[in-house]
Amino acid sequence: MFKTLIFGFLLGIVGTIAAVYYLPVVDQHRESSIIAVATNGGNTESFYMKIPMDRIMVGASSQAEPLPQGMEWPAGEVFTGLRAELFKVRNSDETVIGVASRVASESKDFGDTIEWVVHLPARGSFYVSMPPESVDGVHRVGTLQAGTREFGPMHGRVSERWVANTDDDDEDAPDGRIELVTSFVGEFADVLPEETS
Amino acid sequence: MIRHLIALIMGLVLGAMAASALLFYNPLAAQNPLSPLSVSDQEIISLGYSAVAEDAIVFTNDGESRVRPYPVGVQQLWEAPIRRTNVLVTVLSDSRNNPAGIGIKYMSDSEQTRIINGEALVDSAWHIVLPARGSLFVSESENYWNFLRQIVVPAYWNSGDSWKGTWHGNTTAGPGSLGTARVTGGYGKFAGLESVAVESISARAYSVAAGPVAMEGRLTIEIAARGESQAAELMVE
Repeated sequence: MFKTLIFGFLLGIVGTIAAVYYLPVVDQHRESSIIAVATNGGNTESFYMKIPMDRIMVGASSQAEPLPQGMEWPAGEVFTGLRAELFKVRNSDETVIGVASRVASESKDFGDTIEWVVHLPARGSFYVSMPPESVDGVHRVGTLQAGTREFGPMHGRVSERWVANTDDDDEDAPDGRIELVTSFVGEFADVLPEETS
Repeated sequence: MIRHLIALIMGLVLGAMAASALLFYNPLAAQNPLSPLSVSDQEIISLGYSAVAEDAIVFTNDGESRVRPYPVGVQQLWEAPIRRTNVLVTVLSDSRNNPAGIGIKYMSDSEQTRIINGEALVDSAWHIVLPARGSLFVSESENYWNFLRQIVVPAYWNSGDSWKGTWHGNTTAGPGSLGTARVTGGYGKFAGLESVAVESISARAYSVAAGPVAMEGRLTIEIAARGESQAAELMVE
């Protein structure tokens, strides 16, 4: 019986360590990426934020009604030219896949800037900076400054536009949506994969 | 036969407990090494914030976690792809404790987590805007294993369901090879900046019911040399 106890003890140690090693502690839910191949290389992907339902926060000194209710936006000269927003991000199928921040900064010294950070837990994050002026009266276009994980080796541009809702029949329809379209291309490598092996 | 079965089950339970204790007290697991930036000869920017949800401008998560979203009516991240994500919007203070700007921190449980290696990893990204100086994007992998082991678990063991003491540790574990975060400059004086950072936590009280009660975070960002005059410009004014 003592031998059985020792056998069980060792089996318990090995089993626990094997379970900790092989069973995933974290398994982020993934939605399929809806990516299209761009005409001149790279890929494009669209992200949406329905307004107002996907807006989590609006913070600005000039904001009369804080969102969310009860939020206290910091007072002080430092924060005067800032407008920070937080959104849930949807893919082309209108499924929520991440969160994003949009910060508009007004500065006499540095000029006005709009920045986005889009965070997709299963894929990574990317950081975009764009001027507030639109290129064609509709789209603002910015440059990818940095990315993590899937977006780490990427370069490219991101456009932002407001799409107003035109469906007057549906009372529950959103006012419109913010559309972000990425156009990314991976880093060029001199060495082909076959040559590295 | 039954006696052998009971002995086997007892052995299995004891073995599982011994393995769990070995993993928990594993001396080879990640310790709290000295910050690589503490020996840096480059200029440093230090930004502090309160890591208590109720001190934040906004804190949100799935709504079912120990730390409750703040303020009460804020939208919760209940959808499956973002359920394991926390978002913190907070005021960042400079080294003199004056408000310097805002920081938005995204924290998602990492699939790279390996308990056997003493790694409870979180993929984090900071969107930082300091109106007087510019903006930064900080991406990092954070390891909360020491925080869990030395604060959260002792809080559960404590009869008062809380922990009090003094704990300081670096949470940044990568992606830099020395355990540093990656920093990218946005606009203003930080435009074009590529650098590294380390995030640390100083905790004084933790409650099982509410999470951190007294806890500060600090981001230490190295300003890589791009000419002495430019580095000096980037320092806290």
